[in-house]
Amino acid sequence: MTRRLALPLLATAAISALGLGAVIAAPVSYKLPDETAAFKPGPNLEVVQNNCTGCHSADYIAIQPRGPKYKTDFWKAEVTKMIKVYGAPIDEADVARIVDYLAATY
Amino acid sequence: MLDRRELLKRAGIAALATGLGPARAFALDPTVVLPFDNGKRPLVKYPQKRPMIVLTSRPPQLETPFSVFDDGPITANDAFFVRYHLAGIPYTIDPDKFTLAIKGKVDRPLSLSLKDIRKLPAVELVAVNQCSGNSRGFFEPRVAGGQLGNGAMGNARWRGVPLKTVLDMAGVQQGARQVTLNGMDGPVMDTTPDFVKALDIDHARDGEVMLAYGMNGEDLPFLNGFPLRLVVPGYYGTYWVKHLNEITVIDSVFDGFWMKSAYRIPDTPCNCVEPGTAPKATIPINRFTVRSFFTNVSNDGKLKARKTTKLKGIAFDGGKGIKEVAVSTDNGETWTPAKLGKDLGKYSFREWTLPVKLVPGFYDLRVRATNNADDTQPIEPRWNPAGYLRNVVETVRVTAA
Repeated sequence: MTRRLALPLLATAAISALGLGAVIAAPVSYKLPDETAAFKPGPNLEVVQNNCTGCHSADYIAIQPRGPKYKTDFWKAEVTKMIKVYGAPIDEADVARIVDYLAATY
Repeated sequence: MLDRRELLKRAGIAALATGLGPARAFALDPTVVLPFDNGKRPLVKYPQKRPMIVLTSRPPQLETPFSVFDDGPITANDAFFVRYHLAGIPYTIDPDKFTLAIKGKVDRPLSLSLKDIRKLPAVELVAVNQCSGNSRGFFEPRVAGGQLGNGAMGNARWRGVPLKTVLDMAGVQQGARQVTLNGMDGPVMDTTPDFVKALDIDHARDGEVMLAYGMNGEDLPFLNGFPLRLVVPGYYGTYWVKHLNEITVIDSVFDGFWMKSAYRIPDTPCNCVEPGTAPKATIPINRFTVRSFFTNVSNDGKLKARKTTKLKGIAFDGGKGIKEVAVSTDNGETWTPAKLGKDLGKYSFREWTLPVKLVPGFYDLRVRATNNADDTQPIEPRWNPAGYLRNVVETVRVTAA
């Protein structure tokens, strides 16, 4: 008796924790909070928005180490990694623009 | 597998937010500052989670606020860290339709429902999961990647079935060398390598590697891999594939990007190199290094002088088990063994306590653990280019007054 009662209660609790209705054994959905991270203003911002936001949020960039050692070479390596390793379809002509923006802005 | 429309929508929202200017960024959320340069992070409440330190929002990477580790040796589900690699994460999963495929070099390819898996004899194991890049933000020189503090780790009681059970049901064929593990999360673009990991067949069949559906007595939280994830005790989280739905037995060594190129450590005795240099050869990351932490004192903490304070913390390693935890209050000159807490198993956090009585002054408190293989923690940090394996002796600066 206790067992029979406990199961649906647990299921309901799990589902309502996800912000869903009380339908049991339905698909479970998840909604991420709205994305608030934004790119800082800087040169070629539009090029960066067009090329970088498809796969990841702007905070990926904002959290990286700062300082003179983390400028053009650092960002060029990152943009190259995005293209060569992660297959980002970035035009050759845009690479330098993106690197300039990152080095100047972060 | 991934919902392209949802992704495009999210990218659109990101672009829109950008258009509103930087004032919008993080403005609504409280922030925390991790103790390294550029360590400011928003603290955001996600469904099924308490406010977590947001490393990145898409894909989501959430770090556990460190104070949680003082609550006890088990990390609460709603505080457990989250790490995704690729933004194509499943946003809707029907547990009744979910299946796990076991295929490749097997006699009987299987498609198991969650119900099938839950009917198999269950096992439970307490084990730490830790991100390979936990504590990367403390590396000096700094390295690119997720700039984490110490909160990308957690300890849970996992429930599920041994991977061996389902591999035996499928009948692994002669000549099998590895299993590849793939989850429902994937890349946004087809040109990005899907997140697939591999384990050697003997490791996969060791009886400890687990298909887990339960975590601390509940279903897995969505962002921790609902409804099924791999648990690889003692190994870094990169192998703990979430939303696991495809296991393939292969007769070769898997050469996918996430094994062959990413998550590699230097092939040297210390798995480290001279800071700022590149290793000559690398191997896949594997077991955790030994670590220990203070949980009830932190930097700039104040202790009552001449009164007994019970220092408290946690320690863990890659599966030999913790033999000793020792604390130094005199810059490493002398070390006093702490009392170890309840043993929840060799893969678990081990709590420790030590009463100290200090005369007034400034102190660098240090904690160092040693495991049953006599591996311990270095006083000086070791370095590798990816920022993995950090396990330097932790130091906390306090004042006794």
